[in-house]
Amino acid sequence: MAETTTSALSPEIQAAVNADTKTQLDDGVEKRVPLLLGDPSFNDVTEIVCRPVEWTVPRAWYIFFGCAAMLLGVLVLSTAYLFWEGTGIWGLNNPVSWGWAIVNFVFWVGIGHAGTLISAILFLLRQKWRTSINRFAEAMTIFAVMCALLFPTIHVGRVWLLYYVFPLPNQMAMWPNFRSPLLWDVFAVTIYGTVSIVFWYTGLIPDLATLRDRAKTRVRRIVYGIFSLGWRGSARHWQHYEKAYGMLAGLATPLVLSVHSVVSFDFAVAQLPGWHTTIFPPYFVAGAIYSGFGMVITLMVIARKLFGLERIVTLRHFDNMAKITLLTGSIVGYAYSMEFFIAWYSGNPYETFTFINRAFGPYAWAYWIMVTCNVIVPQIFWFKKARTHMGVLFVVSILVNVGMWFERFVIVASSLSRDFLPSSWDYFSPTIWDIAAFVGSFGLFFFMFSLFVRFLPMVSMAEVKTVLPKADPHHGHHDDDHGDDHHGDDHDHGDDDAKEEEE
Amino acid sequence: MAVIFPRWTNRIPFYLGAGGPVVLGGLIFAIWYWFSPQYTDVGYQPRQPIPFSHKLHAGNLGLDCRYCHNTVERAAHAAIPPTSTCMGCHEKLVKPNSIPLAPLRAAHAAGKPVKWVKVHMLPDYAYFNHSVHLAAGVGCTSCHGRIDQMPIVTQKQPLSMSWCLECHRNPKPHLRPLDQITNMAWDSKKAGYDPDKDPMRKRKVNPPTYCSGCHR
Repeated sequence: MAETTTSALSPEIQAAVNADTKTQLDDGVEKRVPLLLGDPSFNDVTEIVCRPVEWTVPRAWYIFFGCAAMLLGVLVLSTAYLFWEGTGIWGLNNPVSWGWAIVNFVFWVGIGHAGTLISAILFLLRQKWRTSINRFAEAMTIFAVMCALLFPTIHVGRVWLLYYVFPLPNQMAMWPNFRSPLLWDVFAVTIYGTVSIVFWYTGLIPDLATLRDRAKTRVRRIVYGIFSLGWRGSARHWQHYEKAYGMLAGLATPLVLSVHSVVSFDFAVAQLPGWHTTIFPPYFVAGAIYSGFGMVITLMVIARKLFGLERIVTLRHFDNMAKITLLTGSIVGYAYSMEFFIAWYSGNPYETFTFINRAFGPYAWAYWIMVTCNVIVPQIFWFKKARTHMGVLFVVSILVNVGMWFERFVIVASSLSRDFLPSSWDYFSPTIWDIAAFVGSFGLFFFMFSLFVRFLPMVSMAEVKTVLPKADPHHGHHDDDHGDDHHGDDHDHGDDDAKEEEE
Repeated sequence: MAVIFPRWTNRIPFYLGAGGPVVLGGLIFAIWYWFSPQYTDVGYQPRQPIPFSHKLHAGNLGLDCRYCHNTVERAAHAAIPPTSTCMGCHEKLVKPNSIPLAPLRAAHAAGKPVKWVKVHMLPDYAYFNHSVHLAAGVGCTSCHGRIDQMPIVTQKQPLSMSWCLECHRNPKPHLRPLDQITNMAWDSKKAGYDPDKDPMRKRKVNPPTYCSGCHR
């Protein structure tokens, strides 16, 4: 059980995977290929998913974790110095008072959008392929929201006065300014973070129970036992679980759209040319989903290889994710061109200047990086070959997030640095502390992520099992799949099959 | 399946669910109540180097506040009198050999001030101007209480931001005729005073409630 090789596939399964790879892309509606490869049994799913949690941890994990911890150290140190010294250590200047902190905030919140989209919206739309990647994407969402919340928090300068943003009774007769979009942000992002965590945790409970029942050490049994909340997998448990999950999905769905709309209000409600635009909410939401899927692809390409998830996360999943990336990337490209159109069509000289300045002014380099990465590069996903090639997916998905970071940088820096009063114009350059905080936030993200892959199941076992052909009550009777809705009675009690077949 | 936890642990989620909001609410209440200036500052009564009695001087003898705090009408700061003000009476006429006044005589001889302990303290980031408040017709007692009845000066009001704002948002009940500012016994309820109908007042009192009014 404690093999440390990177591929979990035995030769015969590998052969089955290879055979399936030929057919798995041929998903004509009539004869859809199964979502999982090699026709795994319920127990196979449990074994594949539990392996990275239960194996002898490979050295690679320690190296990765160590690097992430060091970057996290950079974040802690730079933040400590920031608290000591104030925001003056950053490259902020008089017109550009928002700088990288807000760029990073929007960047991370955006990344956090894929998780809830996959888990909530695709759940309600009965997109079964989501089951292989939802746990992973939700974890990514939560860690991204943590990074996102960090930046406005440290950007306030006097961080010990942060409680001002909450409506708490106090002797100052001070109350948050409910007309400020910055306050809406506080509520939008904290609600989003809370709902994401509750949703994620609810989905984890049956799988935690599986891990509890498989645990070999006392500590694991107790810890997983506490967090699985006494789950025994009875029919009543499942009934409550399904209800709660459905309701949380319904609750999370509007949040997917609202959070980044509210984030865009930070800009759109201001009166600065280049910010004050009605297109911002939909454009930001599309961009957020775009960058979120980019991040899921980046991480999934690595994790799939590293933890031997090829049978569960198949090329079809990547194909679908790449299609969403292409769609949202094109929406973002449309928004860019529409901004220019409106700048011209409105006849507003300030608006016109702002956009000409964006494309040809001092930040033209950033603007064209953004256009290249966000609009041109993802067009390669029109080709199926590119959508299913791991190398292409990996590179493009990273470029997507490079582009999305630059999008936020262009919006923040180019508009602020050329405001209404030419005498106050200034150019923003980051200092070493800006860079340290940004790089360090990746440390926080990967630190949390490496803990996640080490101690929690990366794939929702219970849900993946429901999309196996065996889970279909009509399985074996006839071939058509009109029995889609009957999936309430096919959940297996995680530990049963594991125990039976382990011996 | 082996039993991992004893039966009573089933009730932990209930206790957490019921206790969590109570603890959180209690914490907010505790900070709101016990950390507020109303609780921490009101009643502050430091020991002074000389047992100077406002009750004797302002109450029994009827000295006007401005006899000692002479800049109060003209400056932001109400001056603490120099030793020479005290010695005007105490050098020859009144109790020139009093034992409690020995520190005063020593300070005066050395040309140094008496180190009075400040009672009413505002934070440095809050701007306050005595003269503006007097010109608007806010009496001494509104903030300092009945000084003329205090043998030792005590802080009577919280001097917190909400306390300031209470008056800034609705100053009318706290205003009095401009010649009654230092009258400790003046009672707004008995007087039935309406600042809007006072011919002595040249302009309407309009205190700031925006941030930079006080945080400049």
